[in-house]
Amino acid sequence: MIEQDPTTAVELHVNGHRHRLRLEPRRSLLDTLRIDLGLTGTKQVCNMGNCGGCTVLLNDRPVYSCLMLAVECEGQPILTIEGLNENGTLHPLQQAFIEHDALQCGFCTPGQIMAACGLLARTPHPSAAEVVEGMSGNLCRCGAYRGIVQAVLAVSAEG
Amino acid sequence: MPKLIKSEINVEGRITEEYAVVDGVELAAWGENEELAIVGQPAPRIDGAAKTTGEARFSYDVQLPGMLYAKVLRSPHPNARVLRVDASRAEQLAGVVVVLTHETAPDIKVREGKLPLLPADARFAGELVAAVAATDPDIAADALALIDVEYETLPFITDFTIALADSAPKVRPHGNVANQPSVIERGDLQAGLAAADVRIELTVRTPTAVHNALETHGCVAAWEGDQLTMYESSQHVYGVRTFAAKKLGLPVSKVRAIGTYMGGGFGAKFPGQPYSMVAATLAKRSRRPVHLMYDREGENLESGYRGASLQHVKMGAKRDGTLTAIELDGLTECGSYANWVVSLGGPYGMMYMCPNVKLTTTGVHTNIGPFQAFRAPGFVEGMVGLEQAMDLLAEKLGMDPLELRRRNLATRDQSEDKPFSSFPVEECYRRGAEAIGWNKRTPTGQQYSTERFRRGTGMASQIWWGGGGPPAYAEVQLNGDGTATVLTGAQDLGTGARTIFAQVAAEELGLELGSVGVTIGDTYAGPFGPASGGSVTTGSMTPAVRSAANDLRIQLCSIVSQLEDVPEDELEVRGGTVYRRDTPVGTVRSLMRKLGDVMLIGKGSRGPNPNDVSVVTSGAQFAEVEVDTVTGRVRVIKIVAAHDSGRIVNPQTFTSQIQGGIIQGLGLALTEQRVIDHAAGQILNPNLEWYKLPTVADIPEIVNLLIDIPDTKANSLGAKGAGEPGIIPTAAAIANAVANALGVRILELPITPARVLEALETIA
Repeated sequence: MIEQDPTTAVELHVNGHRHRLRLEPRRSLLDTLRIDLGLTGTKQVCNMGNCGGCTVLLNDRPVYSCLMLAVECEGQPILTIEGLNENGTLHPLQQAFIEHDALQCGFCTPGQIMAACGLLARTPHPSAAEVVEGMSGNLCRCGAYRGIVQAVLAVSAEG
Repeated sequence: MPKLIKSEINVEGRITEEYAVVDGVELAAWGENEELAIVGQPAPRIDGAAKTTGEARFSYDVQLPGMLYAKVLRSPHPNARVLRVDASRAEQLAGVVVVLTHETAPDIKVREGKLPLLPADARFAGELVAAVAATDPDIAADALALIDVEYETLPFITDFTIALADSAPKVRPHGNVANQPSVIERGDLQAGLAAADVRIELTVRTPTAVHNALETHGCVAAWEGDQLTMYESSQHVYGVRTFAAKKLGLPVSKVRAIGTYMGGGFGAKFPGQPYSMVAATLAKRSRRPVHLMYDREGENLESGYRGASLQHVKMGAKRDGTLTAIELDGLTECGSYANWVVSLGGPYGMMYMCPNVKLTTTGVHTNIGPFQAFRAPGFVEGMVGLEQAMDLLAEKLGMDPLELRRRNLATRDQSEDKPFSSFPVEECYRRGAEAIGWNKRTPTGQQYSTERFRRGTGMASQIWWGGGGPPAYAEVQLNGDGTATVLTGAQDLGTGARTIFAQVAAEELGLELGSVGVTIGDTYAGPFGPASGGSVTTGSMTPAVRSAANDLRIQLCSIVSQLEDVPEDELEVRGGTVYRRDTPVGTVRSLMRKLGDVMLIGKGSRGPNPNDVSVVTSGAQFAEVEVDTVTGRVRVIKIVAAHDSGRIVNPQTFTSQIQGGIIQGLGLALTEQRVIDHAAGQILNPNLEWYKLPTVADIPEIVNLLIDIPDTKANSLGAKGAGEPGIIPTAAAIANAVANALGVRILELPITPARVLEALETIA
């Protein structure tokens, strides 16, 4: 007996590109990005919304992609780390993270940068306290936090 | 001609004599006043763009054609015999390709080199029972739920403080003492205690701290015929190769290990853990690549931690502060398996002069997953005990705690009975004390305090190894366009190793930093590099890179001399240009372009360590804290760090390393602790929600003083490691600052609000 196909058709808009997929409704946005679309820049760290490692922007707002189902995101603009430098030059946040050494191993970095992107989208000129508040959902085990705050403030000062 | 040498190597206090083959001339160390253009200058990490774009490919990110995703089934019981495993329902699930159980697993011995890959005796909740490889991770997870296991549950013990009692269930057939206790002894302890004018005694406890590197443990295993490639998140790429070859009976030449990028290790990711052989077996049986990365819970249950410690300390001193005796009776939590036992006594035996010591650490088995080395294992915990004892002694003597330390500072390595190659702790004390404003500290720490918010200052010292040694090899290639490529099988854990290799090669070759690329983390691409542990990578690898670059520069000058008909001994290379005396002969690029596809290859190796001195890193940290006496919350206001790691190759990544250590130390002091329900034998917080890592909101002002004194006896760079020194004194300094603020000492870490309020009640 052939089991019923558990998948459903979903259209996702990722980094300005349209993708038509067949997914199980339980598929997380994170697994969809990484496994079904091969966008492995978004990292899997805790898979339960504790660490921010999988942060992407959905409608310009940062979300933990491990807590979203792909089917919930149908048709809405999704921006991942791969979409930040699509024209080949580094985004100012990427540049600032490098200059301020806001990373060590780099595993949390895509999530940090996307969280920062979301923060600056809603608060273009945050205070240091607002940066700390805005970035406190993203863990970094190497302890690059001081550089992260400096990098976000530097970009805010430029723009 | 290659020379065979033997050299003493000290990794985390374990001293071995290693053979190494050294080729070429041993370079004289760059002196203190050497004019260097690139080494010593801050340089942004050269893999910054790869990491900030998400394009750096970690083991977790490897995706190969036909790749399967594996997941593991873990024992829910802390001690159980697996009576029966029925995987038939799982095997029938669409998409499942292989299921591995203890009955079908190959005969590969892993834990302590002697226990089965999937044991029939599960000794902790979380031990591997079965593994599934399927076409999709969701299917693999479904399959796990379809495996039926019948267990016989057995008595267990998870509290290491009572596991040595006769009545405790035995974790292992030999009992609950793990491996061999560590004992450091000299002089006559009892005579030393008797000779003391002042004696103190205290009991200190430190919690279980979990590494929780953000990339979990795991690998992707892929076979091509009889050749295996392991993409493993590891601190030793060459060790992955050796382990896989040995366990699978393969010639070393048939194993390729790759670890180009890895998401943090902190000591837990040395090769030898079972998952790599599970992945290789699943890949072999399925004839497809297999991706096996642990989930966060598995990481917390199985992949290691800094064992909790219990330290009974006695210390005696003369009226003038001179130490006469130190006794440590320590226990360290090891979990179910132990290849070795950390020494809590290390700092007690090394930091200060003391003729009479007996320092014992006994490792204790429990029904919890095995511990692993964690960033300065033993020394972080030991410093918490030693430095609180020193403060208590100072209090009893009515002496300034820093003054007491100055009077007792080690003048030589007492266990090795050798002078230190360099030990500028006094300089670290002086500059650190100035930066924190130590002279404003009072014994009651009250000067900035209010009734509710009490401020205090404390400090602690640091000692550790980190000089590295052979064997370590590198090559540097000069390409046809005048760029150079450094090749070595060493790895970059996020420390900035890649960047300092480029700096050293560029400096020695006379090229611009931007002209040097670095290829590391692949055993098919570069020669042997050591494990990145014990803070050895800088001290082991940078001399090898310099030696290779020097070999290449000599070849370049010889070739240019022949090409341009100029005397070789008048040539030098600076800033990417070859000069004859001060006249440019041509840029390296233009000269190499004349040669077409010629490639010059320099080879280098790390020379032997000096025999007559002991190479250590040292330093001190100072902490200022504010304690809210209403809520019990401790806020660290400022940490001043002064560490000697010899010559600082890259001040920017050095600073990040030290800050990273401080932040992990801050976690240990205030928030991090594994919580176990001892009645159920279960870890209650195997995740990042309830295991409390420091966040960006917890970070104090950090002042990182650059001591930067080249240790010219250590190696040809004069550079030593910075990975571990930063974490060693932090928790101890914070504990001393809290005691200074409150006038009562909290002897158990982490210093939670509940413990603060409890301590305040004792003096109310």
